[in-house]
Amino acid sequence: MSFDAFPYAQPLHGLIGGILIGLAAAMMLLGAGRIAGVSGIAARATGISGGDMSMTSAWGFLAGLPLGALAIALTTDWKAAGFASWPVLVIAGLLVGFGTRMGSGCTSGHGVCGVSRFSQRSMLATATFITAGIVTVSLMGAGGGAS
Amino acid sequence: MSMARKLLPPLLSGMLFGAGLTLSGMTDPARVRGFLDVFGRWDPTLLFVIGGAVIVMAIAWRIQSRMKSPLFGQKFSLPDRRDLDGRLIAGSALFGIGWGIAGLCPGPAVASLALSPLSVLPFLVAMLAGMAVHNLFPGPMLRPQRQGT
Repeated sequence: MSFDAFPYAQPLHGLIGGILIGLAAAMMLLGAGRIAGVSGIAARATGISGGDMSMTSAWGFLAGLPLGALAIALTTDWKAAGFASWPVLVIAGLLVGFGTRMGSGCTSGHGVCGVSRFSQRSMLATATFITAGIVTVSLMGAGGGAS
Repeated sequence: MSMARKLLPPLLSGMLFGAGLTLSGMTDPARVRGFLDVFGRWDPTLLFVIGGAVIVMAIAWRIQSRMKSPLFGQKFSLPDRRDLDGRLIAGSALFGIGWGIAGLCPGPAVASLALSPLSVLPFLVAMLAGMAVHNLFPGPMLRPQRQGT
C-alpha cells in the first residue's frame, strides 16, 4: 500500500505498528489498570516522580520497549536510523524531559491513551505539542536536526 | 501481589509497544520529523500510527468502563484531572519543540536503546536531567498534582 502523492510514506507499516501500540496500551490498561505513558513511567522508574506504580512494573515496562524493538529489528529488513548530533540531542532531551513533566505526559500518555479516552486535557496537550513540533521543524528546515 | 503479576503485564505491554514503534518507523527520527514537516516534504505515516493506536485504545476504554478492577491488579489507577491550565499548555509546547528538534519522544528514545544505543544515549540522559530539573521548581508552581501520564 502506498500513496502516489507521498511515495516515501509507509501507511501499512504505520497502521500495523499503531495497532500493536494500541494493543500494548490496552494490555497495560486492562491488565495492570494503568496508563502506558512512557514519560511518566520513566520518571517513576528513576525515582524522579512518586506514585503508586511499583518499581518492578515501571522497570518491566521500560525494559520491554527495547526488547520489542530488538525483535522487530531482527525479524524485518530494519535499517539503522540517523540521529542528530549530541549537542542537538541534549538540548532536545532537556526540553522533552522538562516539558513532559510540566505537561503531565507525552505522545503515548496524552496522544494515544488520553485522546482515545476523549480527555480534554490530553486533546489540548496533543494539539499543542504537534503544533509546536510543526513550527519547530518548519523554522529549522526538515533536514536540520535529524540528519 | 506476586512478582510475576507485577512484572509480566507491564513487560509484555512494553515489548508490544516497542515492536509497534519500531515496525511503524517511529524509531526513525527522520520519519517523525517528516510528519511534522507539513509545509515541506510531508510524510503522513505517523497519522496512521496514531489512528491505529487510538482506535484500539478507544475500544479498550469501553471495555474498561465495564470492569471493576484490572485483570492482574487490585484497582485502576488512572489520571482524573480535568482542569485545563497553563502548565499543561506550556509543558506540552516545550515538549513539542524538543520533539521537533530531534524527532524523538520518550517511547522511541527508550526503544532505541536496543537499536542505536550510543546515538540515543545523550538524548535519554538529557531527558532524565530535564525531568529532574523540573522537580527543582517549587511544587505548587509546576509539579503535576497527581501522577502524570
